[in-house]
Amino acid sequence: MHNFLDFEKPLSKLEAKIEDLRHLSDDGDINIADEVAKLQAKSDKILKQLYSKLTPWQKVQVARHPDRPHFSDYMEGLVEDFTPLAGDRAFAEDRAIIGGLGRFRGRTVMLIGHEKGADTNTRMQHNFGMARPEGYRKAIRLMKMADHFGLPVLTLVDTPGAYPGVGAEERGQAEAIACSIETCLGLKVPLVSAVIGEGGSGGAIALAAANKVLMLENAIYSVISPEGCASILWRSGDQAQDAAEAMKLTAQDLLELGVADVVVPEPVGAAHRFPVPAIAALGDAVEEALGELMELDPAALRRQRHEKFLTMGEAEATS
Amino acid sequence: MNWLSNFVRPKISAMVGKKEVPDNMWRKCPECGQMIFHRELEENLYVCPHCDHHLRLHMGQRLDLLFDGEGYQKIELPESVSDPLKFRDRKKYTDRLKDARSASGDNDAIIVSHGKIGGVPVVAAILNFDFMGGSMGLAVGEAILSAARLAVLQEAPLIMITASGGARMQEGILSLMQMPRSILAVNKVKEAGLPYITILTDPTSGGVSASFAMRGDIAMAEPGAVICFAGARVIEETIHEKLPEGFQRAEYLLDHGMVDMVVHRRDMRDTLARVLNLLCNPGPPAHVVAIPPSTISAKNGAAKTRNGGNKKNAAPHRRSTDKKDAGKD
Repeated sequence: MHNFLDFEKPLSKLEAKIEDLRHLSDDGDINIADEVAKLQAKSDKILKQLYSKLTPWQKVQVARHPDRPHFSDYMEGLVEDFTPLAGDRAFAEDRAIIGGLGRFRGRTVMLIGHEKGADTNTRMQHNFGMARPEGYRKAIRLMKMADHFGLPVLTLVDTPGAYPGVGAEERGQAEAIACSIETCLGLKVPLVSAVIGEGGSGGAIALAAANKVLMLENAIYSVISPEGCASILWRSGDQAQDAAEAMKLTAQDLLELGVADVVVPEPVGAAHRFPVPAIAALGDAVEEALGELMELDPAALRRQRHEKFLTMGEAEATS
Repeated sequence: MNWLSNFVRPKISAMVGKKEVPDNMWRKCPECGQMIFHRELEENLYVCPHCDHHLRLHMGQRLDLLFDGEGYQKIELPESVSDPLKFRDRKKYTDRLKDARSASGDNDAIIVSHGKIGGVPVVAAILNFDFMGGSMGLAVGEAILSAARLAVLQEAPLIMITASGGARMQEGILSLMQMPRSILAVNKVKEAGLPYITILTDPTSGGVSASFAMRGDIAMAEPGAVICFAGARVIEETIHEKLPEGFQRAEYLLDHGMVDMVVHRRDMRDTLARVLNLLCNPGPPAHVVAIPPSTISAKNGAAKTRNGGNKKNAAPHRRSTDKKDAGKD
């Protein structure tokens, strides 16, 4: 049973009805099967309609959907022999960011990403994907290790943002993020980042100053949450819809702005309904991106990454 | 009416109203609440004479305090896109920009200047908090890049004075992208072997602190300055606890190992001058002991003499001139 978003209401009734009928069909009445098929077709049509024209605010909701596949799902679906590596060697292990070695389609990679958790227990454990300085420092450590061994790095971004807490501030949240960005930029190995859900501000860019930035079709990536933006600029959090609209935070907007390089299509109805094909689609896109980058030498990889971020926004100046 | 309001009234006010009387002769210290006479405040570099609270400085005041007596030169900054998203909240972004530009006389929330501090030529970039909260968008990113390029070209240290609420929300994701961009910029200075010194003033937060502001070789902070990633209000709303005394203030950061020193405004120029001279005038080259020619090849021997052989050169020697070969990459 799905968790239905507000805009998916028309679907929830239909799917409930289909479910009811399916239970009845155990009695062997053939007409009911016909009815189910009809309703299913109707439901599919509505789903297609709804998802063909999602507003930015609706995409925000889809990107944050609790059933949406998270880091662990991609890790299980795409990487063999995953071996998590823990700790920043200075203070603690931060489970908001998971990292480790694994084999992605035959090639050893360093996989790093935010994990939001899938239920109350794991969400608490992973702090809802909001990392503290230790998380970024672990990421830095692992990126440098990948650099040392000449392994490509794949990061999966899915975070509401860096954790705003007393300890996080005391231990240098800002410094940790700055250093993590710097480490991304300095790598001599390919770095591919994929925004799989929510790309929240500094917490996201800390892992995403990459050679190639992929975004899933219904992922978002922004400098501040629409709620935060609304409460500052509109003086009311209720205006989050307007803010989402104005901020241009969808994958399609970011492709146009030159921040995302590739938008990876999701099945109709989004990754939370059909996780398996969504995960596979991301895998294909990552494989393609990595394949291109593996042909570049270390200096060229750095140069390409530097050029990309030094000129970002300049494209708009000339057009 | 038009003639009266457009012509006569300005003429009259130009004749009678042009006396330089500040609106407020007295200013209340935001920290201790005491009233301070404007002249006293000015003489005290806008530091409260009662409680030593450092009030925020305007850009011009900051510049005057920074450089040696001969002053400084502003450099012209390249143009960048001003409204990449065609952003509009309750007000159009272009209108907000227009207002800020006419109020400040500058194009955006940063100026870049060069001059001497303690006799050492430097490039200084200064964020202007009065201009949309000193927020960083494309123009600020571009200016930091210009400042870094100029510093490398002049083989001069880069001084960065920050005062910013963070990223410029109205430029959306492109403002976030100025974080890697500004880090790349200041790294050009570092890679050239030149010092990058930050002076963190009240406030320095968000995307600015989480990028170039926290990457200084040496980080100085003004007393009492709020320096943070997340704002205190956001943290309070998240953890529902009272924050510790002095949280996110410069002294708190010093205690937690996040800055090198907290420097009183009146000591800032001297401190900077001292640090710059220590780094840029490290003294005469080390005394070179001749190695018997039999142990090394003739070619290496020649190189050694050329690099370090000038024993008589006791005059202060700018380190950056030695770096000509090292920094070109």
